[in-house]
Parts: sequence; structure tokens; C-alpha cells
Amino acid sequence: MENSNKHDAWVGFFVLLGAAALLFLALKAGNLLSLNFDATYTVQARFDNIGGLKPHAAVKSAGVVVGRVESIVFDDKIFQARVTINLNKTVAFPKDSTAKILTAGLLGEQYIGLEPGADEKNLVAGDTIKQTQSAVVLENLIGQFLNSKAADMGTSASSGTTTGNSGSKP
Amino acid sequence: MIINFLSRLGAATRNELSEIGAGATLFLQLLARLGTALRRFRLTSDQVFFLGNHSLSIIGVSGLFVGFVLALQGYYTLQRYGSAEAVGLLVALSLVRELGPVVTALLFAGRAGTSLTAEIGLMKAGEQLTAMEMMAVDPLRRVLAPRFLGGIIAMPLLAGVFSAVGIIGGWLVAVPLIGIDAGAFWSQMQGGVDVFADVGNGVVKSFVFGVTVTFVALLQGWSCKPTPEGVSQATTRTVVVSSLAVLALDFVLTAMMFSI
Amino acid sequence: MNQKKDPSIPATPPLIELRDVRCGYGDRTILDGVNLRLERGQVLALIGTSGGGKTTLLRLLGRQIRPSHGQVLFDGQDLAPLSQDALYAVRRRMGMLFQFGALFTDLSVFENVAFPLREHTKLPEPMIRDLVLMKLNAVGLRGSRDLMPSEISGGMARRVALARAIALDPEVVLYDEPFAGLDPISLGVAARLIRDLNDALGLTSVIVTHDLHETFAIADRVAMIANGRIVAQGTPAELQASTDPLVQQFVGAKPDGPVRFHQPALPVGEDFGVGAAS
Repeated sequence: MENSNKHDAWVGFFVLLGAAALLFLALKAGNLLSLNFDATYTVQARFDNIGGLKPHAAVKSAGVVVGRVESIVFDDKIFQARVTINLNKTVAFPKDSTAKILTAGLLGEQYIGLEPGADEKNLVAGDTIKQTQSAVVLENLIGQFLNSKAADMGTSASSGTTTGNSGSKP
Repeated sequence: MIINFLSRLGAATRNELSEIGAGATLFLQLLARLGTALRRFRLTSDQVFFLGNHSLSIIGVSGLFVGFVLALQGYYTLQRYGSAEAVGLLVALSLVRELGPVVTALLFAGRAGTSLTAEIGLMKAGEQLTAMEMMAVDPLRRVLAPRFLGGIIAMPLLAGVFSAVGIIGGWLVAVPLIGIDAGAFWSQMQGGVDVFADVGNGVVKSFVFGVTVTFVALLQGWSCKPTPEGVSQATTRTVVVSSLAVLALDFVLTAMMFSI
Repeated sequence: MNQKKDPSIPATPPLIELRDVRCGYGDRTILDGVNLRLERGQVLALIGTSGGGKTTLLRLLGRQIRPSHGQVLFDGQDLAPLSQDALYAVRRRMGMLFQFGALFTDLSVFENVAFPLREHTKLPEPMIRDLVLMKLNAVGLRGSRDLMPSEISGGMARRVALARAIALDPEVVLYDEPFAGLDPISLGVAARLIRDLNDALGLTSVIVTHDLHETFAIADRVAMIANGRIVAQGTPAELQASTDPLVQQFVGAKPDGPVRFHQPALPVGEDFGVGAAS
């Protein structure tokens, strides 16, 4: 019992060291400092295709995070995806802003990019963003590419046939 | 002959079940006595000293070297894809999510767990625990519960120290040694490590591992044969059983925490 | 010892009583049909063959094990149905000395003796100090108070354990082989201490021992246990004068008698190949 006093000091040191380590992890290694606890307001946006967008994805404007995606549901009355977004109360966007689903980097995560419109009135809680651009779907892109390539070949082939094959037509 | 085999199988199953039952009983008894361990905090803090402070050196040195190796190996692979600046993120996530809690638990089992088992086992062999019972002092309350609480407190702190020292070790290799930009190192890390999802889950893991390792060590000491061979077998079993338990729990916890 | 019974004073029950006790581990029965009474103030010696059940009896008294049949009574109270709190209250009235002392190796001699006082009383430190030193003085080790158990001899460790056993001034002290492995001087000291403390503190003592010479000198009653039963009970003189062959063999330390010298084996001729036609 008597020499516990010197143990106490070392235990206190150990606990402080552990707490400091955890604090270091939270602040220097983690994103505690950049965590946003500000108040938010909720708006909605409808997309034909959300691609790989997930809840908690960032909502950025001019590359700066201004909000987070809260939830994504399929609305079977309009057959579109309804995305609920929480925007920071400190930022205001005009009612006719555009929401696009973009990809960070070449193969990175998808996020929503907000481009401001020109309306005088701003979005308030409960509003719906009318202008949206869906995510790029790779198959459609390839299909478009193939179609345009086929169209190019078609025009060059038809101009080639009139000059070359008139004699051999039965 | 088949009857013989079946009856031996039945007896073995019954023994296993009764061992598991005894273990579960001890666990519940320890939980019930945690309140006493909190009230007689002097006993618990002494145990935090023996289990935590005495493990600091091995945890610190191991964390440093694990950080070195992670940064080195990570750099070799990442720079082939031009992503060498993400090495900080790699080191931090590996440590905070997995290596910190798991390696610390394994080292803790080897250092603090075996000393717990040996101590309790030797007390049992020397009739000290029986003497305490005959003096109307509950050994579970006086001896085991403070050690249980001490281990639970010490483990998450040790895991935090391991991860923090490992990240510093990774920084030492990446920035001064290899020459990666310090700003990119830290900003990539901060961009990818989430306080609640990564650091928080890591702390939860290390807490669960602390409970597991400390309990296994105490159980093996408490139930060992009171002979020198019994004590040595029990210390070996502590390391084996708690290591396997930690790795199995790690899989379960990772699946639960990091699935999206 | 035998005082005139005054009918106006109600008779106090014997401090320790075993009624028709049977007890064992698993299928093995170690004790069967044991009846024993111990009055206050007496020193009882339990002797008998190794594995005969002496230590089991001691364990029954502290309720470290429970009988499968019969009753173990302490001061008239059956120990078996007691809750943990009630059992601990009974155990506080007992002291137990283990074979090798069972001192707490991480505490000093002083702290070992102070342990029961610290755990069970809220006495202030100066008072605890005085009590501990008094107990250590009674066993002659007041000067060794700051030594650790690893620094003292076996005999001294047992004396410290005795001081610890009497720290709370119990009513009964149980001794498990207190003389085993001691040199003649320590043996004499230990025997003297047991008798003197018993008389000075008004204790009752139960000694499990193999050492007949020293024990017979200090015991009031002796009980011999063999094959799970009490085969002889009485004063030391009565046992020494007994005509029972088992008691005679034991007390006289004869190698062969009811306890056979040769363990059961095949006939000599078979093992050495002589006698049978080959």
C-alpha cells in the first residue's frame, strides 16, 4: 500500500501519454479539425442515373465542400432517383442552380458538383433542384462512340460507292 | 469399439462444455465485481502500472519499426503508380484500422498476459488464494477484478500509442529519408482518415481486444493446475488462445465496421 | 477441563462438531461416518496415514469443501447452507495456517500480517501498526517486519503466517502440517507457540500433523483417521496405551502391521520365475 504513491505518478503519465496519442491520431492523422458541425438545410435533386454516388458523398461547388449527400431513394412515381442533400447554412445558392454528378480524378469516387444559376431567389429548405445532369454511364459512352464512328464510316463509304461501283451494278 | 469412441467423444464434449461454462461463469463474476475495482481504485491503478507502463517500451519500439516498414513497403509499391504521396494515408489507415489494435493485442498477450497468468497461477499453487478465501476476502474481488479493469484501461491507450508512434515512424522514413513532400504526406492522410469511422473503430477494437486478452489470461491462471507444469502450460495457453481469439474477433469486427 | 455443570447456566455447544459426515471427490469417498466434537479451549491433533482424510477434514471445517452427507457445525451452526456473506462472517472467527505459510509474496512481512486488519476493519494506521507489531512480537518476529517473504526462512515464514492467522483474534486456529520440514529448534518453537497462544488467547486449535512426539506433548485430545474413519480418539496417553493393532503400528512407528509393507503384487515365485515348472 505504501509504495503505490510512486506508481500513481507513473500511471498518470501513462494515461496522459495514451490520451495524447489518441488526440494526435484524431487531429493530425484524422479529419477532426475539418469536420463540419455547422447547421445544415435540406434540399432535394432528381437524377435519371446516379451512377456510383453513395450517401455521405461530398457536395462541392468550385471544388470546395459545401454539403453532404444524406440519402438516395428511387421514386417510382417519376421513375427517377431522388437524392436528399444537406447544405451548410453558411452557403446560399440560387433557385436555378445545376447539380451534376462528377467523378473525382479519373476513376475516383463520385460527388455532386453545384453550379450556381442566375436567379435572385435562393434555395431554401425543402426545395428541389430542377436542373440536374446524371452521371456518365460507361456503356452509353461507348455506344455513342461506336455510333458516331459508324456514322463517319457510313458517309465516307457512300461517297466512295458512287465513284467506284457504277459499272458492276446489275 | 465404436461405443468406446462415442463415449470418449461424449466425455470430451462434456468436459469442453463444462470448461466453457466455468469460463463464462468467471466472466460474469468479474463483471459483477468491476464496481469494487472502481471503488478501490488504488488496486486498479497499480495494475494499470504493471500492465500498461511496463509494456510501453515494447509497444513503442514495435510501433516505430512497423511504421518504418509500412512506409518503406508502401512507397515501393505506390511509386510505381505515381501515387507515392499517398504513403502517409496508407501508413495511417493500416495502423489505425488494423495493425494498431491487433499487433498491440498480440504483444500485450505475450508480455502482460503471460505475466498475469503466471502470477495468478503461482498464487494458486502457493495456496495464497485459498488463504485469502479462508481470511474471508474474496480473491475475485481483491486480486482478479482490479487486474481485469487494469487491462481494459491499458489496452486502448497502448494501441493508441502504437498507432501514433507508427505514424511518426512512417513520417520519419517517408519525409526526411525518402523525400516525399511533408505537406502532401499530412494532407493526404487527413483527407482519408475519418475520426469516427477509422480512429473510433480502432479504439473500439482495441477495447474489445483488451477485454479478451485480459480475461483469457486471468482465466488460464485461475483454472490452472497448481503445479509448476500446470503454470507453464497455462501461460502457453494464454498466448495461443488469446492470439487466436484476437485474430478471429478482428475478422468479425472488421466485417461489421468497415462494410459499406 | 471438566468443570462441575451448573444447571442454571445453559450448556454452550461444542465449538466444532462433525455429525455422521461423508465426503469425497467424484466417485472416491474419502471420509465416511465421521463423528467428532471439539470443546472450546482444547488442542486437537489429527493424525493418520497419508491420504487418509486429515486434510479433507480440515477443509470441511472451513467449508472449502462440503460434505455429501451429514453436518459440519461451527458453534452450533450448520455450515453447508450459509450464503457467501454468512460464510465469510464465520471464517472471520477462524484462522488458518497453511503448510508452507501461503504468505503473499508481493507484500512485506508487516503488510502480510496487516492484510486482514486492512481488509476487515477501518482502524486508523497507527492502531494497525501497533496491532501488527504485537502479533509479530507474539511469534518473535517483530524485528523482521520489513523483510519480504522471499528473504526469510521456511520456519520464519510459518511464524509470520501464524501471526497473520491470529491478527483478527479468532476463536479457532486450524493448522495444516505446521511442523513439516522444520529443523528441531524451529519445531520446538512452533509447538511451544501453538500451545502458548492457545492458552493465552483462549483459542481452540486443530492440528493436522505427522509429528507425534511434539504433538502429543502439547495436545489435549488426539483423533486418528484411517480408511476414512476415526479409528481412535482420546488423550495422548490413551492412544499410546491403546491395544488396537493399527493404532499400535502408527504410534509405535512399526513398518509392518495392519498397514502392510508390501504393496499388492504377484506372488514372488511368478515374478522371479522360480518354483513353477519351466
